[in-house]
Formats: sequence, C-alpha cells, structure tokens
Amino acid sequence: MSEVSTAKGPRGGKALLDAFIGSNGALSVFVVLLGFACGTLIIMAVGRNPDGMYLALLQTLTGYNATSHVWNSRYVGEWLTASMPLILSGMSMGFAARTGLFNIGAEGQYIVGLTAAQFVALFFPPLVGLHWILAVAAGGLAAAFWGGFVGWLRAKYAVSEVVATIMLNYIAFFLSRYLTRLIPDANTYRTPSFPETALIPRGFLDELTNHSRLSVGIFVVLACVFIYWLVLERTKLGFELRATGLNRNAALYAGISVTRSFTTSMAIAGAFAGIAGAIVALGSFSYGRVLGGYDNYGFNGIAVALVGNSRAGGTLVSGLLFGMLASAQPLMQSRQIPKEITWIISGLVVVFVSLRAGFRLLVEWRAKVAAARGQASTGGDDA
Amino acid sequence: MMHSLLDMVPSILMMVAPILIAALGGLVSERSGVVNIALEGLMGIGAFSAATVHVLLEKSTDMSVWIALAVAMAAGLVISSIHALASVSLNADQVISGTGINLLATGGTVFLCEIIFHQERTEPFELGMMPGPGGVYPTAYIAIAVLLIVWYLLYRRPWGFRLRACGEHPQAAASAGIDVKRTRWIAVLISGALAGLAGASLVLTETIQYTMYTINGAGFIALAAVSFGRWTPKGVGGASLLFGSAVALAIYMVNITVLRFLPPEFFSILPYVITLVTLVVFSGKDYAPAAAGQPFEKGGS
Repeated sequence: MSEVSTAKGPRGGKALLDAFIGSNGALSVFVVLLGFACGTLIIMAVGRNPDGMYLALLQTLTGYNATSHVWNSRYVGEWLTASMPLILSGMSMGFAARTGLFNIGAEGQYIVGLTAAQFVALFFPPLVGLHWILAVAAGGLAAAFWGGFVGWLRAKYAVSEVVATIMLNYIAFFLSRYLTRLIPDANTYRTPSFPETALIPRGFLDELTNHSRLSVGIFVVLACVFIYWLVLERTKLGFELRATGLNRNAALYAGISVTRSFTTSMAIAGAFAGIAGAIVALGSFSYGRVLGGYDNYGFNGIAVALVGNSRAGGTLVSGLLFGMLASAQPLMQSRQIPKEITWIISGLVVVFVSLRAGFRLLVEWRAKVAAARGQASTGGDDA
Repeated sequence: MMHSLLDMVPSILMMVAPILIAALGGLVSERSGVVNIALEGLMGIGAFSAATVHVLLEKSTDMSVWIALAVAMAAGLVISSIHALASVSLNADQVISGTGINLLATGGTVFLCEIIFHQERTEPFELGMMPGPGGVYPTAYIAIAVLLIVWYLLYRRPWGFRLRACGEHPQAAASAGIDVKRTRWIAVLISGALAGLAGASLVLTETIQYTMYTINGAGFIALAAVSFGRWTPKGVGGASLLFGSAVALAIYMVNITVLRFLPPEFFSILPYVITLVTLVVFSGKDYAPAAAGQPFEKGGS
C-alpha cells in the first residue's frame, strides 16, 4: 500500500484526484450534485421544465418567490421544521454507524418516541413550561430503551441489528396504533387535542417566520447536534464507541466491553430518533395521531447520515439539505413538477453513496498499476 | 365457524403466494452471500409495472395478466442489477445499496404514476387475475412451482452447490475455480426477478391498482421468512405459509367470532415478533450462510 504515496506524480490533476477521493466531504458534495443532475435529467426526460424544481428550492431556502417576486419568511420556517426530524434521525443512524452498527431502526425508534410523547402530553398534569419538556424527554427515553434493546441483542445473542431493527420497526408501528386507539375518545386516526402546555412553544420564532410551524424544538435539535459531537469526539465513552466501530477485536483486547458499547450506542441512537418523534408530535400537531403508515423520517435519516458521513456538522448540513427537498414538495407540485422527484433524488444519492466504494477499488487498482510499473523500471528484481 | 375458516383458505393462499415468491428470491440471493433488503422496493417496482401494463392492455388482449407478470419480472431484474453492481462488483455495503433501491422504488413508481396517469396511483384495472377452481388464484401454483424449482436448482444441481459455496466460503469456492462474482450477480438478478413477480402477483390478486401503500411491508415479511425459515427452501415455505396466514388473519379476523376479542394488530405484529424471538432462540447455531453480507475480495483470507 505504501506505493500509493510514492506513486503520486508531479502532475497537478492526479494529485487533485487523490485529494478528492481521499476527502469524504468532497465525495458527499459530488454525490449530491450527481443526484440533482440525474433528477434534472429525469424531469427533462418527462417533458417538464426543471426550472420549476430550482425555483421551488430557491423559495424554500430564502422564502423568495421568483415568479411573483413576493418574499415570505414562512417558507424558511417550514424548511427548518422539516429538517428537524431529519437531522435527528440522521444522527440516530450516524451515531450507531460510528460504533460499527447499521441502525435501520430509526423509523421504529421515532414511532416509539412519538407515541410516548403523545401519552405524556395527554396524561401528565399540564405544568406550564415543563409539560412539553417532560414529553420530549419521555420520547427520547422510551426510544433509548427500544434502541438499546437491539444493541443488547446484537452483543449478547449476535442477532443481526439490521434484521432486528426491521422487525422492531413494524412492531413499534402496530403497537403504537394499538395503544393510541386505547386512549379514551380516540377514533381511528386521532386522539383528543393536547393541552396547550404540551405543545412545543414557538415564541419569537412565530413572528420571525410569519407563523410557520417552526418551534423552539430547533434549539433542542441544535443542542443534540452539540451533544453528538461532544460525546463522540471529546469523551472517553465516545472514544470507546468509535474504537469498537473501527476494530471490534482490538477494542476488546484494549479492555472495552463490546456489549456495553453496542447497547449504549444503540440507546443513544434511539434517543435521537425518539426526540425526533416527540418534536414532530408536539411541534407540528396539536393532537395525538393513530399512525396510518410510516412518516419515513427514519428511513430518510439513513440518507442524511450517509451524506453527512456520520459527523455532527456533516449530518446537520445534510439534514438541512434533505429537509429542503422535503419542504419544497408542495411548491414543486404547484409548478407542475411531480413532488416524488425529491424521493428519487434521495434514493439516487444513497445508491451513489454505495457506488462510492468503487473509488476505493480505483485507488487500489492504480496502486497495483503503479507498483507493476515500478517493478518494471527496476528490472523486475526482488525489490 | 369451521365454515368461515375453510372459506379463508383461498384468501390465505392469495396472501402467502407473493410472500413465498419474494422470500425464495431472498433465499437464492442470501445463499450466494448477498443480503437483499431491497425485496420490498423491488416488489413495489414489480407491482407498479404489472398494474400499469395490465391497465393499459386489459382491453386489447386476454393475455394481459401474463404479459404483466413477465414485464414485472423483467423490471425487478433490471433494477436489481443496481444492487448487484454496487454490492457484488464494487464491494459496497449491501445494506446501503438495498436501502437506496427501497427509497428509489417508492419515489420512482409514484413519479411514473404522476407522469402516466396524472395521479399518485395507477388507474384501477377492471378485472385482476381470475381465480381458478375453488377460488384459488394461479399465483398459488406459481409460488409452489418456484419453490420446487429453487429447491431443485439449489440442492440437486451442481450450479446450486456452487452458489451455496459462494455464500459459505467464497475464498474456497474461488480456489475451486468458481467465479464468485458472476455467481452472486446471477443470484441477485434471480432475486430481483422473483421479487418483481411477487409484487405483480400481489397487485393482480389482492387489489385493483398500485399505490405507494400496496406492498406495505410484504417484502420485509419475506425477508423475515428467509431468516425464520433458516435459509432452506422447506423452511422458507413453512415460514411464508405461517406469515401469510397471519397477514390474512389480520384482515379477515373480523369475520371470525372466536378471534374477535383480539385486537387486529395482534396478527399484523405476529410475523415480526416470531422472527425476532426465533433469531434470539437460535442465535447460538449457525444457520445463516457464513459469508452473507460480506463482499468478496480476491486474495483475502
């Protein structure tokens, strides 16, 4: 492998390519641009004007409608609102990934968090200023147990976390439906309204974003991003988790308990997704929902984490990106662009991320070629 | 009461068939060493293709249903090549490319519905597949045929022996002269075609149009049936029968007085709980193909 460094030629282009392949951030940007390029081509292929998509995205990002020249900050608020659960579920996926686990269960953990928050909202005494905080905390805690259970199963019984979380997603979904319908006066799709104290307040954000649904939950999200970074990069626990992710056996020999690492990591991952569920339940709705299907924030969180390279900052930016896509959907629809194009772009981005592994093969192949060339020039001796 | 249970047999077979066909696809893929969590998305693509072809052709030809099945298989096969390219040729993480296909499937199919039908679903077709004698749909016989073929190929042909070797010990298989990547490519394409066929079977028997909720977890139930069936055709057949019955009971239990005290979620949740519990109970024993989920790199050990 040492040939790679010696093989670097004096030519700038090659060095640039090396730097590009070596940088995860640059690759993420490339993959996203590729996804948008394909999305644009698809829109053109079906005879629609891709300008509509970009104007919708512009309006989402800045609130400026380039057709009617009207500016409305509500769109920005809605963009941030859509981004909140995506950033959190992205961190759910990412946190587990840094410990070497594939958490495909953010959707289930999100549902558990949402359900727990709805129960606290409906059944706890309406304490002003404390009620919603308790409900969000309960959502995070319940989902932490739900996620931690998977980590424990993985460590203790070697049950694949991928299969286990897929099963638990559906278990969470049907349990949530069952339990929520037990609530007095609940019908097939909703419970009675939450008391005012259970709703996440909007405060000055309400005025600032022209009565969008943006709540102070955004500060909870930012706090979570900070905690994510702090725990993973700056604490002994985070070091142990990352060590387990990099090399399980080495971590074991270094005295790190893999059982504890897996359980803790999945519990923290679950908590992020659970808080996402609670923020959606109490920030965007005023009543408890009997879920009719997945909200899909958990599954989209996988894309968020992959593009964000499971880093705190990266996940924040990538969550905002996917939030923009989600939030632009109705605006696209009104400009004759089928809104599903945003899902196609998300899907393509994930596929391209998986194809990224091809770059590594390219690096290895070039190393091999360079090595062969090096041997040829020294006469093929036992160098 | 007996009467109503007996009446349910055709309905149960109707719901078992797509799950069994998709699970057999998952079985072939996993035995070759590639986990295919894209079954759900590939079923959606199959269901969408079949519903579209059938709606467009049912007026003009009697063969419409069969053409729809064939097109769905082809569509599943083509899309699964993405999974094969990423996870077999490029050694990518198999779960990531599978997830990508699942995301792409929902978006892509509904997008195409908007373009073709100007709504978020296909137009409803007038007549789906016609049930045969006893109210049993042909998909049930197709599923049994696929089960027998998969069993024969995997356990009675050298090709199947080689395929299983690729899933157990790819390095050994490679040193015995087997082209591991080629074998895995074929296995993934087979699973794609079968998942497409499964989606088509589902949409043409259980409903009248394709919507984004048509598949609703059937592909993940098939994935569970592969684990619960311990990676053998016989086991997968039994698991699919059990899980399909649970799905059917969740829908039809309102008609059965003795079961009415249970919430409908009870049967919906059953396949997932059973699978999870079995995974824990049999965790010590290695039923799963040893190399499933791992990319094959030449020269590794």
